Amino acid sequence: MILSEINFAVLVASLIVASTPLVLAALGELVVEKSGVLNLGVEGMMIIGAVTGFIVGVETGSAYIGMMAAAMAGALLSLLFAFIILIMQANQVASGLALTIFGLGIAALMGHPYTGIKSPQISTLSIPFISEIPVLGTMFFQHDLIVYLSLISVLVIWYFLNRMRAGLILRSVGEDHDVAHSLGYRVVTIRFLAITFGGAMAGVGGGYLSLVRVPQWTEGMTAGAGWIALALVVFSGWRPFRLLIGSYIFGGITILQLNLQAIGVNINIALLSMAPYLATILALVVISMSRFRGNRGAPGCLGRSFVKIT
Amino acid sequence: MRQFMKYFSASFLFISMVITSSIAIAADYKVGFIYIGPPGDHGWNYQHDVGRKAVDEAFGDKVETVFQENVPESADAERVMTQMALSGADMIFATSFGYMEPVLNVAKKFPKVKFEHATGYMTADNVSTYSARFYEGRTVAGHIAGKMTQSNTIGYVASYPIPEVVRGINSAYLAAKKANPNVEFKVIWIFTWYDPAKEADAAKTLISQGADVILQHVDSSAIMTVAEEAGVYAFGQASDMSAFGPNAHLTAIINGWAPYYVKKVKQGMDGTWKGAEQTFDGIGAGMVIIGPLSDKIPDSVKKEAMEIRDGIASGTLHSFTGPINKQDGSPWLKAGETADMGTLLGMNFYVEGIEGDIPQ
Repeated sequence: MILSEINFAVLVASLIVASTPLVLAALGELVVEKSGVLNLGVEGMMIIGAVTGFIVGVETGSAYIGMMAAAMAGALLSLLFAFIILIMQANQVASGLALTIFGLGIAALMGHPYTGIKSPQISTLSIPFISEIPVLGTMFFQHDLIVYLSLISVLVIWYFLNRMRAGLILRSVGEDHDVAHSLGYRVVTIRFLAITFGGAMAGVGGGYLSLVRVPQWTEGMTAGAGWIALALVVFSGWRPFRLLIGSYIFGGITILQLNLQAIGVNINIALLSMAPYLATILALVVISMSRFRGNRGAPGCLGRSFVKIT
Repeated sequence: MRQFMKYFSASFLFISMVITSSIAIAADYKVGFIYIGPPGDHGWNYQHDVGRKAVDEAFGDKVETVFQENVPESADAERVMTQMALSGADMIFATSFGYMEPVLNVAKKFPKVKFEHATGYMTADNVSTYSARFYEGRTVAGHIAGKMTQSNTIGYVASYPIPEVVRGINSAYLAAKKANPNVEFKVIWIFTWYDPAKEADAAKTLISQGADVILQHVDSSAIMTVAEEAGVYAFGQASDMSAFGPNAHLTAIINGWAPYYVKKVKQGMDGTWKGAEQTFDGIGAGMVIIGPLSDKIPDSVKKEAMEIRDGIASGTLHSFTGPINKQDGSPWLKAGETADMGTLLGMNFYVEGIEGDIPQ
């Protein structure tokens, strides 16, 4: 076993690429859940984003336009969910699951003529000067625009939720929609916006999968990424930075175990395959045990329908 | 948290229900197929679906085929097959190794329904198995890989540590080693048949560790796309995948199920079908097809590859011909001896020269 065979700079760079769809989708879901809505349709919105992004990317020849289309497609699908649960007041769990199944099906249908086509490339955006730094440059500063965008969104969402009045309102709607309503906040409108944002983020995450990470369209290509994103939100205790750490641990161990296998390390491979899940759960449990004990961050009204008191 | 778990168990139930959604059919002879992934994978499942369509075409209105995709290798498979049998299927093709137990269980309940299980080894009065000697194709691919590699490092993305996959690795390695004594294999097991993102990650890892030819025993075409981007070579799995990597694609090991499916359905209809049979065909019978060879392969190598293919087809050449030692150095086959059926079907060891362990 020769660890030096692993190029750690490349490893970190590829773990960031591998985690980015998760970061994006999970961040969106975090905002949705903070507003008190549980949308189990992340997988469905991701795959719709993946297929739409791919189709538009191929047709226009621009991966960036594809990404925008992916966001719009995800948002559009989430609007359907928003309508069903906010206006029709249907059960959120059932509606979210239906959204996933619907998304997977319609994506397969839409994508059928697009299998076996190459997608346009997203070029990497090396940041001048700092990308030249050996090791660190390869790790962090030779990525594509979407990776930088995902990191900026972590910061923006944290700032929005914790430092802005609008974020406070969103959280209060999630904590107790009846109180928020009686204070004069428009619960339904705010949730509509949050759900749409979550849909757009899941869509971009899916688009990143089909345009950058794999990159091609294959039926069922999200392969459960949406569910992992959902779990990450819970295990991160609804905190953006922990969510980022969790996603990177997950992506990191996934890539690391592949590297270890390739150099022939003598570790039980079933254990290695399990490692990303175990490590992510462990790490996040440890973080949430050390501080803020008792405060898991779960919004009080998560998953409950809002019935207007008149 | 408890609430969250409740949601998840509810979701699981719901998904199981959707998967077992019923199928209605109405023709003389009804044939069901269950697939482990989507037929749109351009790999394993795609090729089984090609076989199903061949049945449709061969018998026209006399036979109706139905299929269910994305059936997990669990109790779900049992439910799906029970449902098919209840709605009148006369023959069911279960097209993945992991359906073995479910097939046997359902076959017991429906003795009149004929079951055909791909790549399995357990039979019953109404269960026959069929498999292809994919390893024969891998001998051809291994030879080409050995000749094409510049870095002498060949990457191998493997799915599950079952005999079929181990057989493929050994067969490819032996051929590559013969073609190029300096060759080294790096194997990554990803414990899934179909996960494009994971497959792509594995391929990228192998390339970052110096592999310039990638072999795969997983179902999607993601590896071909990655190889094309990185400027390395790869082989199509189950189907021709040249559309995904025009420069990377060296050749493909194509699964030819169509003749077998048509033959078996015909036997089922005229009453000559037999249970407890085990079919294991290769290049000779057309169940394994070597796709067109890429122009990137030098003519001399093309010629050698074709000679190997024809030798295997005619029986003058065997993928496992001694002397071969096992990984630990103990002798397996003496000079000139060829592997027997039992060892091949249960192969759970690497041959000498391959690094690493087979996960247990």
